[in-house]
Amino acid sequence: MRSRLLLPALAILSGFALGAGVLMATGRSPLGMFEAMLQSVSGVNLAAGTFNPRYIGEFIVQSMPIMLTGLSVGFAFRTGLFNIGAEGQLMAGSVAATGVALWVQAPPGIHVILVLLAAMAAGGIWGAIPGYFRARFNVHEVVLTIMMNYIALYLNNWAVVELFRSADRIKTGPFPASALLKAESLSALTRGSRLNWGFVPVLLALLVYWFIIEKTTFGYSLRAVGCNRDGAHYAGMKVKGDIVASMAIAGVFAGLAGAVITVGTFSFGRALPAAEGYGFDGIAVALAGANAAIGIFLAGLLFGMLKAAQTLMQAQGIPKEIADIIQASIVLFIAMKAGIDYALRKLRRAKDPEAP
Amino acid sequence: MSILASMLPIALVYATPILIAALGGLYSERSGIVNIALEGIMMVGAFAAAAVTVTLEPGPMAGCWGILAGVAAGTAFSLLHAFASIHLKADQVVSGTALNLLAGGLTIYLCQIFFDQQRTTAFATGLARLSVPGLAAIPWLGPALFKDVYPTSWLALLLVLLTWLIMARTPFGLRLRACGEHPQAAASMGIRVLRMRYAGVLISGALAGLAGATLVLTQDIQYSVTAVHGTGFIALACLIFGKWNPFGVLGAGLFFGLSQALSIYAKDIPLLRAVPADFFFMLPYVLTVIALVVFSGKSAGPRAAGQPYDPGRR
Repeated sequence: MRSRLLLPALAILSGFALGAGVLMATGRSPLGMFEAMLQSVSGVNLAAGTFNPRYIGEFIVQSMPIMLTGLSVGFAFRTGLFNIGAEGQLMAGSVAATGVALWVQAPPGIHVILVLLAAMAAGGIWGAIPGYFRARFNVHEVVLTIMMNYIALYLNNWAVVELFRSADRIKTGPFPASALLKAESLSALTRGSRLNWGFVPVLLALLVYWFIIEKTTFGYSLRAVGCNRDGAHYAGMKVKGDIVASMAIAGVFAGLAGAVITVGTFSFGRALPAAEGYGFDGIAVALAGANAAIGIFLAGLLFGMLKAAQTLMQAQGIPKEIADIIQASIVLFIAMKAGIDYALRKLRRAKDPEAP
Repeated sequence: MSILASMLPIALVYATPILIAALGGLYSERSGIVNIALEGIMMVGAFAAAAVTVTLEPGPMAGCWGILAGVAAGTAFSLLHAFASIHLKADQVVSGTALNLLAGGLTIYLCQIFFDQQRTTAFATGLARLSVPGLAAIPWLGPALFKDVYPTSWLALLLVLLTWLIMARTPFGLRLRACGEHPQAAASMGIRVLRMRYAGVLISGALAGLAGATLVLTQDIQYSVTAVHGTGFIALACLIFGKWNPFGVLGAGLFFGLSQALSIYAKDIPLLRAVPADFFFMLPYVLTVIALVVFSGKSAGPRAAGQPYDPGRR
């Protein structure tokens, strides 16, 4: 357990240290970066001595979808599958959300729930397809989900323009208010931020993740498949069914993220020139959060903070891409886990020759 | 039919970087290291090429130095993947993902440092087109292959042949493939598995860097974060669709290039006019999913690809 916490913590620290080093090497002040991060989390501007809650609102808005894609990647990881497809599942979700928001008429309160459910179903299907191919034909899910991402991207762009009749070929018409997660009160509370009710489904999703993985027989079976596929099969678990189910549920989380972005952060469907990287953020979140619900929550806040701080950094003359560099190096350091583990063990053995 | 004739040169321009990067992936995967970082390495190569070219212009050889810079930067960047996945036994997919993430951040960060904006400044010509006077007169093939063609397209075709020669006819190729099929058996014959895998990944880095440089200097006017726009992943698809075989890769690469060209030309072809451009962009990925499922019974890929080398295993 200790090493499960220690490794991500070490990786995160090294990532920030490396980021600060890169800034110094290129003649920028790391202090400005840390001030920007503080301001995006707390709303407090140290230099000017001001407080603006809008930053807190935007920080939460940035954290919400990547927590969900983190849950998506993490859920598949627990079953021993690498879901690079959260991005595509998210886009399938936003297409479905757009469709239900535009075409279905329902009373307020019910409409938005229909939107969320449709997005979850679409994401689930988009995840189940590679899951089925993996289980039935033993095709590697990494390559499959990468391909599914691009199929979803172009499907989304086609749907926005042709299916939803976008006038400017960039975005659809505005959704009716009943389909939105937006709330005047939340926005006013944070002085005009894009904060919305999206955090409610996100927190529910975190709870459901924890409950399925830690508290149900089904979750136990999934984890067993993740630890040792042959062993789980020998113990009578339905490995193939578990693989499909795991990918489908991973897709449900990512699909929900699509809805939270489409009807929460925005209020219209969007055609995209390229993927926005929420799926890759999810990989970073899941890895840094050690695939546990609480870890994914914290890592989501961490990377959400980095994303939210980007505009503030840029305003101070710090290239905002430093946030991406830090996030990527954290992933790289976590990837080097086996090597770091080995080095740590060696270090411990050097101190105490009796240690394992 | 004249549309097809005018489409071929465009298809070749699109196919060239796909082909080169896919060949790069072939070296890496044949040595047993999965390389989903092709996209990221291409970004680094494209950035280096664009930055060097725009700095040296209007010098006569600016484009050539740009290409070389792309190759060098790609090789250096792939060293990270090699070190993490060979020496530190990192999960190769996670390491590749990290490289893809890093490439986007690093290149635009450097753009901001060097050019004070989120892309490089635009270069004037990039790479020059060349013609071979006599051969250009051949009907069909002439205009596509020998008239106003980027030299990198010839290089790509040459690399296909060279890769086939190396893989099928040289001891190096045999050893490389052995490391990707059964590294322990290779080691028992005195082959240095780690060294061969380093070679595989670094060659893939050099080629992906070349591919990125080619892409930006022939299809763009500057490097920006969307310059590579998923071509590295198309290359990965091309490698799989071509069944890890140089000539298979050639066929798949040309086909994918054609499908990209079709997305531009479809509006001029009566039968295809109704098909939205997005469907042509989608085609390589859909075909690869289908190919993966159809070929799934007989695994065509290197058997040990993706697993860290553990000398203690049998």
